[in-house]
Amino acid sequence: MSDGPSADVRPTARRVRLNGWGRTAPTFADVVRPTTREQVATALGQRTSRGVIARGLGRSYGDPAQNGGGTVLDMTGLDRILAVDLERGLVTCEAGVSLDRLIELFVPFGFFVPVTPGTRQVTVGGAIGADVHGKNHHADGSFCNHVSSIDLLLADGTERTVTPESDPELFWATAGGMGLTGLVLSATIRMTPIETSLASVDTDRTRNLDEAMALMAETDEKYTYTVAWLDCLAKGANLGRCVLTCGEFAALDDLPAKKRRDPLRFRTGSLLTVPDLVPGRLPNKLTMGLFNELWYRKAPKHKVGQLQSITAFFHPLDLVQEWNRVYGRTGFLQYQFVVPFGREDGLVKAVETISRHGAPSSLTVLKRFGPGNAGFLSFPKPGWTLTLDFPTNTPGLARLLRELDEIVLTNEGRFYLAKDSRMDPADLARMYPRLERFREVRAKVDPDGVFVSDQARRLGL
Amino acid sequence: MKDALGAPQSLLVLGGTSEIALTTARAMVAERVRRVVLAGRPSAGLEAAADDLRGRGATVEVVAFDAAEPDDHEKTIDEVFAAGDIDVVLLAFGVLGDQDADAKAPAAAARVAQVNYVGGVSAGLAAANALSRQGHGALAVISSVAGERARKSNFIYGSTKAGLDAFAQGLGDKLHGTGVHVMVVRPGFVRTKMTEGLPDVPLATTPEAVAEAIVKGLRRKSSVVWVPGQFRFVMSALRHVPRPIFRKLNI
Repeated sequence: MSDGPSADVRPTARRVRLNGWGRTAPTFADVVRPTTREQVATALGQRTSRGVIARGLGRSYGDPAQNGGGTVLDMTGLDRILAVDLERGLVTCEAGVSLDRLIELFVPFGFFVPVTPGTRQVTVGGAIGADVHGKNHHADGSFCNHVSSIDLLLADGTERTVTPESDPELFWATAGGMGLTGLVLSATIRMTPIETSLASVDTDRTRNLDEAMALMAETDEKYTYTVAWLDCLAKGANLGRCVLTCGEFAALDDLPAKKRRDPLRFRTGSLLTVPDLVPGRLPNKLTMGLFNELWYRKAPKHKVGQLQSITAFFHPLDLVQEWNRVYGRTGFLQYQFVVPFGREDGLVKAVETISRHGAPSSLTVLKRFGPGNAGFLSFPKPGWTLTLDFPTNTPGLARLLRELDEIVLTNEGRFYLAKDSRMDPADLARMYPRLERFREVRAKVDPDGVFVSDQARRLGL
Repeated sequence: MKDALGAPQSLLVLGGTSEIALTTARAMVAERVRRVVLAGRPSAGLEAAADDLRGRGATVEVVAFDAAEPDDHEKTIDEVFAAGDIDVVLLAFGVLGDQDADAKAPAAAARVAQVNYVGGVSAGLAAANALSRQGHGALAVISSVAGERARKSNFIYGSTKAGLDAFAQGLGDKLHGTGVHVMVVRPGFVRTKMTEGLPDVPLATTPEAVAEAIVKGLRRKSSVVWVPGQFRFVMSALRHVPRPIFRKLNI
């Protein structure tokens, strides 16, 4: 099999079973892996009535990168860096380049990606489509705040260079637009200058949620990167106890002399790969309760200035390849919502509900968002965001999630489309007041609905 | 589209006045099903069924469909799919016939076969092809324990269900790996209008129990569902009863 960028070799479609990172709701689609812009255009031209959607590294939890019966373009073959301006920290690359690759290439030159989610195994195209956020949202906003230009292939086969200045409507429909406005071919990203590849991290353990929220409100201004891991199974006086980690990239002077010789050293790699043999009921209330207890106790009560690698601080899960297999074949789902500041009661009520139900979420993360951007379907808005993951075979999960939906809705909250795999379509317009504007732009650039995904069908986007 | 918890959003019922199907539709509308298409012979009963489901929050379309007219099946079903994805097709039409009368009127017996088996084959294939094209979805076929081994008291109906059951099993295997799930549902004696007036039998069940088993089976992607579950073992035993003895059983 050749993946070379030869225009003569036309990639052929294969009917493949696709699912998201949560391994739920699979559908079959014809997957094509183009390696050049011309091949992308050809594949778009050969679509059937079931339409086309782009797929990157498949890290969305639900079904936004699936298109049952239609065409799915595996964009990871578009992996070239097109232009670099180290003076201004600008990188132009194709959509299939991963954040992992950008970090590996540019950290040695003193640049980090402007925003990274909890994994760096996402493509630039996917990061734009989901307008991903990271630990620095309160300070720097989400990914598309740092995108100065996007080359978009539209439904009619024309290419358009879209910037926030030249075509704000299309730019902000594409930012967080889940790939439904067109195919991102390449983009220009403003990278973040760094002096070293190490983060200086302060850790605090809080006894409960109130303490965590007070501390987070206080510390957000002082740090660029903050996040709290939350023990959702703790009860009573310990309800919502957290381990809060805050950090900055270390300055050269912060490093011990030995490390100063190679301050931008970066090594990637993983520790292990999870085999696809895990029994479905392994992550349960008991094992997760134990895990949470250990994870909480392992963290120092209060520690300042600990130096951590990029992987340890930003992407600890990347050390374990295929970690989603831990949930067995029945899979899991992520539930991420944001409720605005002033609606702290809603957050507390949600944590209480989960704790009372005893639903085993191990990777529960609490974070404060700063101002959102103009993206019509961009998720972040000022407030508290809580992320949970539940094995889908958790008893009574559907009922628990409906209870949480109600709490989120009544508190003017909303869900993150990159994580969603089961929200009620009727709730969408209430959560995203700019949905109609998104639909107007889409009707203009893609009147026949060429770009469509399982998620778009499920939610009636 | 099904969601991460396996809850479907759209349902096509072939045999729109079947009590089992309507009870199933109500159970599914109580979850996430919002679009229901009821395909059946136009009647007041069909319209009433549609209104009932509308009252429960679903958007309901009524489509003219006659199981005994296989020439129209593909066109009718394709039109339903063209208007939007269908997550679950419930093949629920069927007639019981009157064994004693039908045995004396071969043409009437053939009509039972025409509806239950011939109609099932053409409608089942039309639905399966449409589901394959969309790359996802399920086809639930209502068979019967009567098809597991033909009895002298009920062999005309039983043989049509035996044929339909074998057809659906083979179809399910053929479609494995295409995203389409085929499920055979084998209820025992169900107390419905179809069986009204017939004497009750052991292990008799209700449309509600069948509906629950269908919803659960679809979520679990079962290939065969017995209702009630004990029938799996009862029929497994009956299958192996030697013919001279089976012949004498008063069942």
